[in-house]
Amino acid sequence: MEFFIISMLNGLSYGLLLFMLSSGLTLIFSMMGVLNFAHASFYMIGAYFGYTLTSVIGFWPSLIIAPILVGATGVLFERLSLRKVHKFGHVPELLVTFGLSYIVYELVQLIWGRTAVDFTPPEILRGAAFTLVNHSVNGLQMIWGAAPAEMCKAADASIRLVCTPFPATRGFMMIVALLMLFSLWLLLTKTRIGLVIQAALTHPEIVEALGHNVPRVFMLVFGAGTGLAGLAGVIGGSTYVTEPAMAATVGSVIFVVVVVGGMGSLSGAFLASVLIGVIQTFAIAFDYSFVSVAKDMGFSLSDALMNNSVLKLTISQVAPILPYLFLVLILIFRPKGLLGTREG
Amino acid sequence: MSYALELKDLRKNFGKTEIIRGANLAVTAGERVAIIGPNGAGKSTLFNLISGRFGPTSGEILLNGQRIDHKAPYEINRMGLSRSFQITNIFPKLSVFENLRCAVLWSLGYKYTFLKFLSGLKDANELAEKYMEMIRLDKKRDLLAMNLTYAEQRALEIGITIAGGSDVILLDEPTAGMSKSETTRFISLIKEVTVGKTLLTVEHDMGVVFGLADKIAVVVYGEVIAFDTPEAVRSNARVQEAYLGSHVADEQAGGH
Amino acid sequence: MSSTFKFKPYNVGRWVIWSLFAIVLIFAPLVFTSNLSGTMLAQMGIAIIACLSYNILLGQGGMLSFGHAVYTGLGSFVAIHALNSISGGHSNIPVSLIPLVGGIAGIGFAVLFGYVTTKKAGTPFAMITLGVAELVFAMSLMFSEFFGGEAGISGNRVAGQAFMGITFGPQIQIYYLIAFYTFVCVALMYAFTQTPLGRILNAVRDNPERVEFIGYNTQRVRYFAFIIAGFFAGISGGLGALNFEIVTAEVVGAGRSGGYLLFTFLGGATFFFGPIIGGILMVLAFVLLSELTKAWLLYLGLLFLFMVMYAPGGIASLIMMNLRVAAFGKLKQIWVSYLGLFVTGFVALIGAGAMIEMVYHLQLNSALGDTLKFMGVNLNAKGVDSWVGSIFILVTGLGLFEIARRHFMIEWGDIQVDIEKEIKRRETA
Repeated sequence: MEFFIISMLNGLSYGLLLFMLSSGLTLIFSMMGVLNFAHASFYMIGAYFGYTLTSVIGFWPSLIIAPILVGATGVLFERLSLRKVHKFGHVPELLVTFGLSYIVYELVQLIWGRTAVDFTPPEILRGAAFTLVNHSVNGLQMIWGAAPAEMCKAADASIRLVCTPFPATRGFMMIVALLMLFSLWLLLTKTRIGLVIQAALTHPEIVEALGHNVPRVFMLVFGAGTGLAGLAGVIGGSTYVTEPAMAATVGSVIFVVVVVGGMGSLSGAFLASVLIGVIQTFAIAFDYSFVSVAKDMGFSLSDALMNNSVLKLTISQVAPILPYLFLVLILIFRPKGLLGTREG
Repeated sequence: MSYALELKDLRKNFGKTEIIRGANLAVTAGERVAIIGPNGAGKSTLFNLISGRFGPTSGEILLNGQRIDHKAPYEINRMGLSRSFQITNIFPKLSVFENLRCAVLWSLGYKYTFLKFLSGLKDANELAEKYMEMIRLDKKRDLLAMNLTYAEQRALEIGITIAGGSDVILLDEPTAGMSKSETTRFISLIKEVTVGKTLLTVEHDMGVVFGLADKIAVVVYGEVIAFDTPEAVRSNARVQEAYLGSHVADEQAGGH
Repeated sequence: MSSTFKFKPYNVGRWVIWSLFAIVLIFAPLVFTSNLSGTMLAQMGIAIIACLSYNILLGQGGMLSFGHAVYTGLGSFVAIHALNSISGGHSNIPVSLIPLVGGIAGIGFAVLFGYVTTKKAGTPFAMITLGVAELVFAMSLMFSEFFGGEAGISGNRVAGQAFMGITFGPQIQIYYLIAFYTFVCVALMYAFTQTPLGRILNAVRDNPERVEFIGYNTQRVRYFAFIIAGFFAGISGGLGALNFEIVTAEVVGAGRSGGYLLFTFLGGATFFFGPIIGGILMVLAFVLLSELTKAWLLYLGLLFLFMVMYAPGGIASLIMMNLRVAAFGKLKQIWVSYLGLFVTGFVALIGAGAMIEMVYHLQLNSALGDTLKFMGVNLNAKGVDSWVGSIFILVTGLGLFEIARRHFMIEWGDIQVDIEKEIKRRETA
């Protein structure tokens, strides 16, 4: 039972991280029609900035400053490079961000090296947020923080006692993601700038004719989107690992998320992120394969079948391709995406 | 009697907004019909529905007696209907000749073949040359379409539309944005190239309408309120009201 | 209908170009005789076919694919398995036809994946190709029988019956096989651009909506083009399998797909011969440039970025633009400006290069001490004067470059205006 709860929470936290990234991506795409191929690169820059700043001014200040720096980098890139290719169409815009991802990857390796760096979370986040203790006699209990050692040792052999902690970093990630989601919703629906953004989403020329500086709004949205990615980077980098390959691992998944959720739909991105996050987390935990399940059920399989490399695959080994399988299935059965309204 | 094009109680909603609210029309083969109406009446939407750009919410569209509503644009085109666009929709990086040649390929049955050379397709090349001369762009044969003048691009637009040899032609504001002299030349061009075909054109210029059309269809608020000869339409009370306002409204205005 | 007599002169130019191409292919290894040249020439042939097949999608169809390596890579895998089956005595296919086996595999996978991929266009299409590429790469780690796991699958191209003493063992023999396939594939792909499907594909690139209204199903057109591109990609992969005699999972990886995109674009997607330049550059970069400096991927990324911003037609378009200027006799006017541009650009590059090399040295080679050689000069990676000197050169170079660039743009603009006037004059004459 506790396995299910903790895995669910882990999956949700991973999904929310994916959403932090894909929401910025969707915003930029909806506003400017640009699919920022380098979005995961900004995530990576956020993690590395967070790492360097933490060693200088501590984790909590850098949690605020690093995303701002990343957003500034995004604004700079938009102003110097992306703006110049708007007139060529969407393909060159995608190509420019593609080139940027190469450059960022090389620069990060240049400055911080090719191996992972040790970006540790602050003291307060290092332990468990709470621990679920499953006592076979007393039932399920929840204890805030890490459970003391005696609680996890069974009094005698007949009692089964399992302690499953939920890491504080994950919990923190979820809190930040939900706060961010909420403030984004507030910004878009309740403020004036949010109104301008919503209008410029579909009719940028009219908005410009009304006197709003649309290129500047674009620049700010790009900066905001990349800043969000940077925030996700600080949190993701300290929770998971900070290394040059981190952009590639998460990059392709968020593109799957936006296509599956429906291009241009924030709620679709949310749904798809959570779905993919939860499914992948659960899949990694399951060590069952077709062969092992059949064995458990008492079927005797022929030698050929038992040695078949496909049937021997466990679900956890198949987990990495699940998002892409999902993508292919969605495209066949529901090409608009889960909640998509635009054709992209 | 079988009509070339028929609309039966056609309706189209975009979300909650009803744009086309029950349009009825029956066009005989060979007729030249001008579609007029105030702005926002739904004329372009009607064209988009007929040519398959989007599907109707309800109602039927029949081409030569066969249902074409909810069919894809290429299916409708293969059944004998072509349309032009109000905003020029040509192939900018292909030459004038190539634009026209592309337009004739399907109708000549070449489909998706990659086993024949374009230079060897005598019929396609001759047909493309013929249409190029018809729309008087033969001097600009190898010029890229994006380098033509506006009027020349409009002419190419019409050329692509008729080159497929369809019997039913829809022209959406063909003379939009043209000067008086260009318009006059264009109208005689349209008359020439649509001999023997069924023509529907959306127009705002009344001179063009009365000079070109056999019949006029007046579209107001998504309905066809009149479909008759030009003189009959001119004297139709409902049409006058739609364009000029009603007596009641006049009196109210005069009373202030 | 026109009844004037049409005189179609024998197209001499076309025959000259293709003959020159064949001559270059035949005599290249006799001019460049070193072992390194031999392998590079072979790889160039393979790369040319791959990039041209990629351009069927990008340049001719307007379809940006991030996963072309799937089709070259899977073609390689099927080819090497076929090769091994010949070695094992299970089949009688001559080794020279192995690339065709790769091509057929390319068709098969393009039919399979292309159905889903071409359901969308534009940006979603690009994302789908990325997803399919990740899917295949992730699968390569799962199905070790087909993909060979970490070690990959190796083979021996000396297998089966030797034909007239040709075993394809020596490098020179495999080169001529590759050269033959290169010539035939380039000719076929060029021929494709002159067919109805090829032309309609261009129309789909220019205006997909309009194509529907002239009777064509745009999705079908894209699907067929995708399959044809997959065929040639598979041939390239098959040749690669024969050349290297080993195929590992990285042939379907994102790095290779990115490489095809980068170099096809760099060579020029808007002209047929652009990807040929791209393929040659790809091999030169991977083999030579990577030896010259550790920072080569960074330089490549920067070059790509500048190309997209300032010359989106690639090197091919730059060549054609200058040929046009030369054809109107205006090249001598502007060559001085070009010189200024190159010299100042070179200076800036030296400054930037020195700094980048010093940083790389600190990162990777610090065990070897602080000094490194850059363009014949000893630099101290930790020394202030090396850094100050580099920064000074960079800033000066950039400043002078900007001046040269402005001057160049004014001259170029004037020349273009003159050329336009000349064209108008010739038209009305």
